[in-house]
Amino acid sequence: MDLNLKVWRQAGPDAPGRFETYAMRGVSEDMSFLELFDVLNEQLEGRGEEPVAFDHDCREGICGSCAMMIGGRAHGPETGTATCQLHLRKLVDGDTIAVEPWRAAGFPIIKDLAVDRAAFDRIVEAGGYITAPTGSARDANEILVPKEAADAAMDAAACIGCGACVAACPNGAAQLFTAAKYSHLSLLPQGQPERYTRVVALVEETERWFGSCTNHGECEKACPKEISIDFIALLNRDYVKAQLKNRALTGQKR
Amino acid sequence: MTTLDAKIPAGPIAEKWDNHKFSAKLVNPANKRKFEVIVVGSGLAGASAGATLGELGYRVTMLTFHDSPRRAHSIAAQGGINAAKNYRNDGDSVHRLFYDTVKGGDYRAREANVYRLAQVSVNIIDQCVAQGVPFAREYGGLLDNRSFGGAQVSRTFYARGQTGQQLLLGAYQALARQVHLGNVKLHNRTEMLDLVVKDGVACGVVARDLITGEVRSFSGHAVVLATGGYGNAFYLSTNAKASNVTAAWRAHRRGALMANPCYTQIHPTCIPASDDFQSKLTLMSESLRNDGRIWVPRDAGDARSPDQIPESDRDYYLERRYPAFGNLVPRDVASRAAKREVDEGRGVGPLKNGVYLDFGAAIARLGRSVIEQRYGNLFQMYERIAGEDPYTVPMRIYPAVHYTMGGLWVDYNLMSNVPGLYVLGEANFSDHGANRLGASALMQGLADGYFVLPATIGDFLAPLLGTEPVPTDDPAFREAEAAVGEQVRRLLSSTGSHPVDHFHRELGKILWDNCGMTRTAESLDRALTDIPALRDEFWSDVRVLGENESFNQSLEKAGRVADFLEFGELLVRDARHREESCGGHFRVEHQTEEGEALRNDDDFAYVAAWEWTGDSARPTLHEEPLAFENVALAQRSYK
Ligand SMILES: Cc1cc2nc3c(=O)[nH]c(=O)nc-3n(C[C@H](O)[C@H](O)[C@H](O)COP(=O)(O)OP(=O)(O)OC[C@H]3O[C@@H](n4cnc5c(N)ncnc54)[C@H](O)[C@@H]3O)c2cc1C
Ligand code: FES
Repeated sequence: MDLNLKVWRQAGPDAPGRFETYAMRGVSEDMSFLELFDVLNEQLEGRGEEPVAFDHDCREGICGSCAMMIGGRAHGPETGTATCQLHLRKLVDGDTIAVEPWRAAGFPIIKDLAVDRAAFDRIVEAGGYITAPTGSARDANEILVPKEAADAAMDAAACIGCGACVAACPNGAAQLFTAAKYSHLSLLPQGQPERYTRVVALVEETERWFGSCTNHGECEKACPKEISIDFIALLNRDYVKAQLKNRALTGQKR
Repeated sequence: MTTLDAKIPAGPIAEKWDNHKFSAKLVNPANKRKFEVIVVGSGLAGASAGATLGELGYRVTMLTFHDSPRRAHSIAAQGGINAAKNYRNDGDSVHRLFYDTVKGGDYRAREANVYRLAQVSVNIIDQCVAQGVPFAREYGGLLDNRSFGGAQVSRTFYARGQTGQQLLLGAYQALARQVHLGNVKLHNRTEMLDLVVKDGVACGVVARDLITGEVRSFSGHAVVLATGGYGNAFYLSTNAKASNVTAAWRAHRRGALMANPCYTQIHPTCIPASDDFQSKLTLMSESLRNDGRIWVPRDAGDARSPDQIPESDRDYYLERRYPAFGNLVPRDVASRAAKREVDEGRGVGPLKNGVYLDFGAAIARLGRSVIEQRYGNLFQMYERIAGEDPYTVPMRIYPAVHYTMGGLWVDYNLMSNVPGLYVLGEANFSDHGANRLGASALMQGLADGYFVLPATIGDFLAPLLGTEPVPTDDPAFREAEAAVGEQVRRLLSSTGSHPVDHFHRELGKILWDNCGMTRTAESLDRALTDIPALRDEFWSDVRVLGENESFNQSLEKAGRVADFLEFGELLVRDARHREESCGGHFRVEHQTEEGEALRNDDDFAYVAAWEWTGDSARPTLHEEPLAFENVALAQRSYK
């Protein structure tokens, strides 16, 4: 099949960017979208032009590295699918497709389609964990976790940290990412002791880097793991509750 | 040749680890912060080690070439993690997990290490649950288990089809907490390109910042490599695209011994390549073989679509050749059998490069909904990639490189022969012998990082109290930095006509054709001529565009492929020297009358550890003899 790619090229974080058009002729519909970029890059290198920079690694939709706005949609037209799992047979022969990096203040562009998502690490560092130093754990089966709780926690924990939620959000907010991490930990019995300090730490760190959530819901549609925005409701509710609960800590050094 | 001392503690096997921990020197809590430890790699092994060392109070510097620790290849593991919990009351025990692992490894692993692995496996599950890993649960709230190949008990813990992801997130979050507390300094997008050794002791690494190109040294009292496996030497594998051998190979060139590189694991159920642009292969869980039947057309060249081929014209070759185990023979046996069918012209699919895995009979017997419940997500993944509906058209599968048992040689403490250099996870050779059992790599990575290294590193560090790390302006660092800078310059000044991937694909073809599922003296000799020739061609004809001072993925790849081109030769040399078949290493010359792997315990019951001599054609062999005192040597049979 044939596709015309309009690819965002930008030499570095502060360099000006522009679209370049590349005509891809006679490509196999069994190719993945990233393999299309492999082919493009080999062609570019053959012509002595610098290949397009883009992040990728597992190519199985689990590492969260790949990140492309394809035709204006984070990860492209297929729902529940990361860029690396999108195959050309899902696209229309002859189409012209714009391919851009994630655009968000919290994700500065590194080069071409590669962006810096380190702000996600900062959020997890601020409170996206359960304190359990190695060696201190008791026997695993002494903690009973109702199956429903484990399943719900797993639904949230399935987040791959790709940032599509931020890219899709008109405000560049990261609430779905943060809510997924928060819910994973706070739906489990092990996560209860730190629950209300965690919610405050996570929300405040998120707001340092990203825009505010105003419930557009675009994030859920863009998420390759189809994580539910119900988790944002849980995050918000607990954040409000925390204002009351944490009063018990008033006067204590934290 | 010298004989290597693995420093295995004396005493009965069940007491070795406890005694060893007791006799090891300790660093008192207040003194730990006086030690700087460098950890390279933040997959399961590296993240668990970094988090635990930070909790203990060591000052830790972590490097990863990924943009976040959470992206490491470990994230992709699907099936599960073994532990000898015996929650099923089905006869499991530490001793049984130990026994299964030694036998599964075809008697080429070190007994003492394997026993310790089985012992700490139970602590791993406790630790992960405490961190909030959402393992699958029973309705009563207890942990669920499944069974996995090579075992007759149900000891595998899992989190849907995303066990590696959840375990890695657990370790990453523990690590993130240490970063927040200031105990761990994390450098992402930073690639180690050399090991620094002074007076025979590892004292740091040289790394390149992948965004700015800056080459910079990190100095410490000890260096830990947890940099993963080398399956991507074959170009096409189930490994993540960026997985590579550079850190291990650079350490090898600085004196660390590389052990058993020829032990590579081929996984029988992967989706076959669809064209030349295929960039990687996708694993389909082994569990599919519980209900799928494997077959090919009886006659070579049969071009009919599968639904047009009547039962009488089909050959269910595994059921025919291995009536007792049928479709459930071990990974290596199933893989070789598929290769034979395809080589003899009975392969299926547009490229005739696969065999059918057919659920027709299972669907007829159990109903579609049962199959959907069991394998729904896998079927969906297959459909996405292959574009065919496996409920109606049989899946096509073919073996692919999956895991590497070989790696840097380490002693019982996980220290390499270079003092101060530790190696964890898939990067070391330690516990799986010639073949790894399913769900045991995650176990080993976390055992090494959470429990083994933190208990053994103190013994090395304690006597260093009061010393400072070697300063990074020492000539040893300067020399290594210059070498790294020189390699970068050499790659960027290349003016050849082929991009890096071209050479990587060629290397992959040479290795796969000559040193893949089956190997002969002749094929290996051919590879030993072809690889050096390809390497020469690479250096004269590669083209790497762009500059050092910005994000340059071609340059990153070029360095990795250059190392694969040297390493690949050693892999083949090791396979050539090992005149026997064992586990993942099948030499056609050495097979039983039934075509099964034939070990030679008299001559080859040892670990082959190779030393770099500066000439890739003449590495020096060192042997670590293996003694089997607790598991009797026996021939595997699956008829
Ligand atoms: C598809 C698939 C499924 C699997 N399923 C299972 C399963 O179900 N059960 C099981 O037990 N095992 C499974 N395995 C095997 C298992 O996942 C791996 O063996 C294991 O995760 C390796 O972990 P690691 O920590 O050693 O290395 P990795 O996870 O590979 O981590 C390597 C780390 O090192 C870093 N690194 C490497 N080189 C450098 C360098 N030069 N400079 C800086 N950083 C560097 C990387 O950034 C990364 O952080 C599977 C493997 C595959 C491919
Ligand atoms: S490359 Fe890993 S999710 Fe796409």
